[in-house]
Amino acid sequence: MIGHMTSKPGSSTANKTGSWRTEAKPKFLRKNCIACRMCVYICPEGIIEGKGKNEFSCDLNYCKGCGSCAKVCPKKDIEMIAEMEKE
Amino acid sequence: MAETLLKPGHTACAGCGQAIAARLVIDAAGKNTIIANNTGCLEVFSTKYPESSWCVPWIHSLFENCSAVASGIESGLKYLGKKDAINVIAQAGDGGTADIGLQALSGMLERGHDVLFVCYDNEAYMNTGIQRSGLTPTTSNTTTTPPGSASTGNPRPKKPMPDIAAAHGIPYVATASAGYPQDIQKKVKKALSIKGPKYMQIHVPCPLGWRHESNMTLEVAKLAVETGLYPIFEYENGKLIPRKIALIKPVEEYLKAQGRFKHLLKDPQAIKEVQAIADFNIAKYGLKA
Amino acid sequence: MKEFIEGSHAVAQIVKRCRPGVVSAYPITPQTHIVEDLAQMVSNKELDAQFVNVESEHSAASVVLGAEATGVRSYTATSSQGLLLMTEVVFNIAGMRLPVVMTTANRAISAPINIWNDQQDVMAVRDSGWVLLFAESVQEAVDLHLQAYKLGEDPDVMLPVMVNMDGFILTHGMEVVDMPTQEQVDAYLPPYKTTYKLDVDDPKTMGYLADPDYYLEIRSLVQETHRELLEKIPQMASEFQKTFGRECGGLIQTYRMEDADQAFIAAGSVCGTIRQAIDELREKGKKVGLVKIACYRPFPKAALVAALKNVKEAAVVDKSISLGGFGPFYTDATSSLSSLGAGMPKVSGFVLGLGGRDITVKSIHDVYEKLSGRQVDCEFIGLKQELLAETE
Repeated sequence: MIGHMTSKPGSSTANKTGSWRTEAKPKFLRKNCIACRMCVYICPEGIIEGKGKNEFSCDLNYCKGCGSCAKVCPKKDIEMIAEMEKE
Repeated sequence: MAETLLKPGHTACAGCGQAIAARLVIDAAGKNTIIANNTGCLEVFSTKYPESSWCVPWIHSLFENCSAVASGIESGLKYLGKKDAINVIAQAGDGGTADIGLQALSGMLERGHDVLFVCYDNEAYMNTGIQRSGLTPTTSNTTTTPPGSASTGNPRPKKPMPDIAAAHGIPYVATASAGYPQDIQKKVKKALSIKGPKYMQIHVPCPLGWRHESNMTLEVAKLAVETGLYPIFEYENGKLIPRKIALIKPVEEYLKAQGRFKHLLKDPQAIKEVQAIADFNIAKYGLKA
Repeated sequence: MKEFIEGSHAVAQIVKRCRPGVVSAYPITPQTHIVEDLAQMVSNKELDAQFVNVESEHSAASVVLGAEATGVRSYTATSSQGLLLMTEVVFNIAGMRLPVVMTTANRAISAPINIWNDQQDVMAVRDSGWVLLFAESVQEAVDLHLQAYKLGEDPDVMLPVMVNMDGFILTHGMEVVDMPTQEQVDAYLPPYKTTYKLDVDDPKTMGYLADPDYYLEIRSLVQETHRELLEKIPQMASEFQKTFGRECGGLIQTYRMEDADQAFIAAGSVCGTIRQAIDELREKGKKVGLVKIACYRPFPKAALVAALKNVKEAAVVDKSISLGGFGPFYTDATSSLSSLGAGMPKVSGFVLGLGGRDITVKSIHDVYEKLSGRQVDCEFIGLKQELLAETE
């Protein structure tokens, strides 16, 4: 009997790791963004996207709240805010 | 959702340097790539059944054999006449590369398979709980090299894995760092443009094992490079091409950023010894700008 | 076409005709003649395959794992320590459902180091999930390789198959072999086609991590496939007989069992010696026969029980031993036959021929002599008492 031999590509998106966050989440201020893309490069989840200046956002369904994006942003245009705070 | 070939929903720790680098590598390589992955954090956090983060064909067999599995994939593709259109990447952690996987890696390099090997070097066996590997740096506190009255942590220097790879006479060897994401992608693309065996070793901080805050991954990685403790260079057909350091920082700045070196801060002699390693690297690889 | 040929050369010939795309091996006596021949065939362009000379058996098995996962028919061969070094990969190949075919030139295990024949090596991987077939002759070794690919690559099976042939006795023995032609092989064995592969146009994840919520079921599927093979393997043998006109394979084969009240149970080349002893015993009016284990995994419990249900005494001839336990065939045979309850024959276990000690017709008569005596679990036959008396 054959079965369960492979898993489907990219199927981990079923697992919403955003539930891991306990303290802080990133807030993209969209004021001084220069579209350097460092936040896109450095995000361990690969969930930050955007093209032009002040257009970047993060998928909080998966964000674990590591804070790397806020730390790396050269313009301090990403802020870690309290989990309960409204964006 | 962001365009990437390593999808979210994986279970890497927050701030994982390996997750950053692995995504950069596969996104630079593109969808016409097959990956053979050794056992380790990356395999575990990205493929817990029935889910997978990978959007390229991906196979895991054992802890030490991804080089041989990749050799088989490459040979199979050659037989099918498809090798020229498809990249093959073998990837592993530092233990799966420099310790248990070294024999299979050496065989793959020596036989000349058209495969890029990527070592994600977080400098200990993180998946099993931070035990020492052959790529653990001197004095590092791991669970099997704990500092005590008779020890200042790991007694031995890192195995010179990039030089060992280069000694096989392969066309391309490179080191890189999660601190320099664009450089990783540039080197992956360059490596894949070259036929034959290639070796890349990427320094990937592990917030859990190195004991730094999860938002410090990039900074810690950069400090390793800026102090000379993690030299960034390429060997193109054996010719050394270093990435020069604009302003060399004292090793203490790197050490104090991580809990795994905390025991050194009261030990000036040990810090001196670590500085000597950085100085050696700077001279050996010509890192001074 | 019939030819007088060495066992290894014959195996190389049939493997070539099965058209593997990747062959990988590491040298170990007595496997070498097989892979040397294949290397020469690749060098001469008689075989369109990638021959990968690896740095260890661990990598040989890993290379064929990778090639098979790419959808390419693959082949390797090993022996003894080589199989032990491969062990981890051997289990992995079966768990990943990759239909690799491997020849094991059965040989003793170190220490002491010994290059001669017995069957201890294969027993170290009997729990791996591979289909384990045993050849009695060179002809059977040839035919079993052909069946091995067809069986393993069956889309409902997808398991690796190992053809066991006794080192030196079969690998280096010369025999007249009816070698299937390329046309016959092509007609019997179609090219390997599967969607279970690493394919950039249909990317799949293979070799994932399965946690306690899934692992039990996934392992049970391998066990279930082995159960299904108990029907498929005899079908394959009868189909083979129709196509090629000779008997080979199946789960068990019997010799002079029709009216037997005593029987030998054995596998591999020793069965030829046992047949001769049986003929001699039959001359003396002894009603004795042989049940040959042609397939050891899946274990043919029902076939064995059916063949032995009217027998009063059975002797299991093991060329291997689970040290501290019993001969592996003995353990499987007794546990199977216990289903006969009060009708279970008296079964004794004997260990012979370890490390290449000759098993002669006389050795088999020695076993027979003990058969009607006290029941024994694990008696070594042919021990030199004078050597055992030396303590230094």
